[in-house]
Amino acid sequence: MGLMKRFSDVMKAKTSKLLDKAEDPRETLDYSYEKQLEMVQKVRRGLADVATSRKRLELQQAQLKASGDKLEGQARQAVAAGKEDLAREALNRRAGIQSQLDGIDAQRAQLQAEEDKLTVALQRLQAKVEAFRTKKETIKATYTAAEAQTKIGEAVSGISEEMGDVGLAIQRAEDKTATMQARAGAVDELLASGALEDVTAEPGGDIQAQLDALSAGSSVDAELAKMKAELGSGPPAPKEIGGGGEESK
Amino acid sequence: MIVRILGEGQIEVPADSLHELNELDEALAHAVEKGDETGFRSCLADLVNRVREVGEPVAADHLGPSEYIIPGADAELDDVRSLLSEEGLIPG
Repeated sequence: MGLMKRFSDVMKAKTSKLLDKAEDPRETLDYSYEKQLEMVQKVRRGLADVATSRKRLELQQAQLKASGDKLEGQARQAVAAGKEDLAREALNRRAGIQSQLDGIDAQRAQLQAEEDKLTVALQRLQAKVEAFRTKKETIKATYTAAEAQTKIGEAVSGISEEMGDVGLAIQRAEDKTATMQARAGAVDELLASGALEDVTAEPGGDIQAQLDALSAGSSVDAELAKMKAELGSGPPAPKEIGGGGEESK
Repeated sequence: MIVRILGEGQIEVPADSLHELNELDEALAHAVEKGDETGFRSCLADLVNRVREVGEPVAADHLGPSEYIIPGADAELDDVRSLLSEEGLIPG
């Protein structure tokens, strides 16, 4: 058997369990409606969580970008001052920052996609919940318990399917957010340590090890060569070019 | 008949497309059984795209079950496996 049928069978099995619960099928209507309102709230909260996480990433992007720019400036200074080791260190750290930035951007895009999907899902769910509310009142007013059965079955299974679908979307968004939070926490620690910003800070330690692992070593040599070439075209007077050591704190 | 693409909503599909969709669906099921990640991706994309092409979205306030349900285009093989397991599609 193909998947299409199996999926809908699983869904129907779940719905019929729900319908069996109530003695008077009309009670099912109120029970289901309550669940629907809960689901709408859940989606709203999920949406707010995803948006908060996305904003956190955007803030980190801005901070990391600023740190990277600062390190690049430090590298230039160091080259100008003839301190190649220090320049190399700064470029290494900047490479680490760049790889963090690449990762964050991919995650931000994922969260944005989840946010968009949830927004559409919420609109769809709300439209169905409203339609259900109207139908529920009509059914309760018009039909006896026995007559109502078929009408209720269709309305309830339709909305339950939607809730199942939305529930999956929420679950998925929560999983993505959780993965992102762990990584964002690590980036926050790196940012708070100040090690990303200032190449004159104490080398070594965990932060350095992490950055070394992240850094793309080969690109560092290329950039170093490029900077040397740029600076090499001017007169060999490092102090004039770099503005001296006044910014090396 | 109505087909739901998970994460996208319901789509009204003409009955004469069923045969074609079934073939795509069989290929997808086969890839899932084999655990063939690449085959799964391309079969799923084929099925989802074809449903979108032949069908029209159902009004958002329509209340009714779908005859068929298919995973969203970005579903993972593991997602599909767990959906088919006993836990089912509706959480709780």
